[in-house]
Amino acid sequence: MAIRERLSGNEAVAYAIRQINPDVMPAFPITPSTEIPQYVANYIANGKIDTEFIPVESEHSAMSAAIGASAAGARAVTATSSCGMALMWEELYVAASDRLPVVLALVNRALSGPININADHSDSMGARDSGWIQIYAESNQEAYDNFLQAYPIAEHASVRLPVMICQDGFITSHGVENIQLLEDDKVREFVGEYMPAHYLLHEKEPMAVGPYAVSAYYMETKRAQREAMKNARQVILETAARFESLTGRKYGFFEEYRMEDADYVIVLIGSAAGTCKAAIDEIRSATGQKVGLLKIRVFRPFPEEELANALRDKKAIAVLDRSEMFAATGGPLGAEVRAALYSAGSRAEVVNYFYGLGGRDITVDDFKEVYAKLERLARTHERTDMYTYIGLRER
Amino acid sequence: MAENRIHEKSPWQDITEGNQIYEPATSRQFCTGEWRTCTPVYLAERCRQCLLCVPVCPDSSIPVQEGKRQAFDYDHCKGCGICAKVCPFGAIEMKEGK
Repeated sequence: MAIRERLSGNEAVAYAIRQINPDVMPAFPITPSTEIPQYVANYIANGKIDTEFIPVESEHSAMSAAIGASAAGARAVTATSSCGMALMWEELYVAASDRLPVVLALVNRALSGPININADHSDSMGARDSGWIQIYAESNQEAYDNFLQAYPIAEHASVRLPVMICQDGFITSHGVENIQLLEDDKVREFVGEYMPAHYLLHEKEPMAVGPYAVSAYYMETKRAQREAMKNARQVILETAARFESLTGRKYGFFEEYRMEDADYVIVLIGSAAGTCKAAIDEIRSATGQKVGLLKIRVFRPFPEEELANALRDKKAIAVLDRSEMFAATGGPLGAEVRAALYSAGSRAEVVNYFYGLGGRDITVDDFKEVYAKLERLARTHERTDMYTYIGLRER
Repeated sequence: MAENRIHEKSPWQDITEGNQIYEPATSRQFCTGEWRTCTPVYLAERCRQCLLCVPVCPDSSIPVQEGKRQAFDYDHCKGCGICAKVCPFGAIEMKEGK
């Protein structure tokens, strides 16, 4: 029987860490993820787990220590947000290219500047090319469930890549929701023991991790890394299937909400999906207009083919980005969804919005307006304002 | 091990995960001495075998046998000149080039 609780997203992730009892957690506090290492430190101090907590002097050191621990053969975890992850920048790439299955609990927060502590995706979207698997949550439940699936994906022999489990700062990290938790023994059985084939502390096999790769090797190394990311697709789905048989909760690359007959679709990542679903229900019961949502859960690897299949025959699509990329066009999700649709030969109208930057609120009415615009776009095909904003003050 | 080694013609499928190397001390095979632009010259007749030069060498390129320093390991000496600086007897001189 599942355990019914009420937890914040940070509490839920810390609870999952307690249940997994990883070997090493180096961490440095930063809003809004501070509570995760704080709660884990409590679990350790109270003798609930025997994780080695390293109170490092910066996030650069946190990720470095996680890499060292992982290379040594330990299961490593850390948590951060925003500029904390920016300070891990160099190490993010090292963890991925060294093929170390570190797990990072990322609580998404806007990058400076201007300095801001609220939710957007500029931190993780900035790291989208670092070689990490990225899995995003709409709710506290999803943050917990995704975290439990992180190690089985990261440590799988055909993957061996680091995973970041992302949730929206404050919105889910500090918002308390009803949640269903698994029993400790079930979690331990699901996640399993970490048994790396090679590790630095193996006394019978001296080895080197992360050697210099001259130009004769670098490109082949990156190609092999890409293969691991491609393999992750299958492993993510298999892990989700195993999780579903344990909990009844179904996960995939993305969630489709009222998409079967939908003509007008919003694509987004994260907690705003809840508000969007409320708008969809209201619109459908008020006008019958066929509106739907595709909520991305896995952004890396990018589920290009599956996404295109789900979207190609829709009339109009709005892709909502919660981070800038200053191409002076649209955002990262917009660009990748458009590319996927183009490759699939889709003729759907696509418009790209920025929303929620630095924690700007997005409401049910905002979503209704987007759907109304999509309906107009599909009818008139007037191609203006293809990159625009929700909730921006303008003259 | 040696026959299984990846090399500059290896296809990407053969590259080890993260370029990991599953044997010890392979850095010996990497002749970093090629980077040298200055070379220390050992003047044995001036040397009193105080061995001050040995621990300061960043590349462990001054081998010692039976308490006596031997000729430089030029495969790995990068020519930094620290040994010449610490030698109290002028038994190491730096010359230009390899």
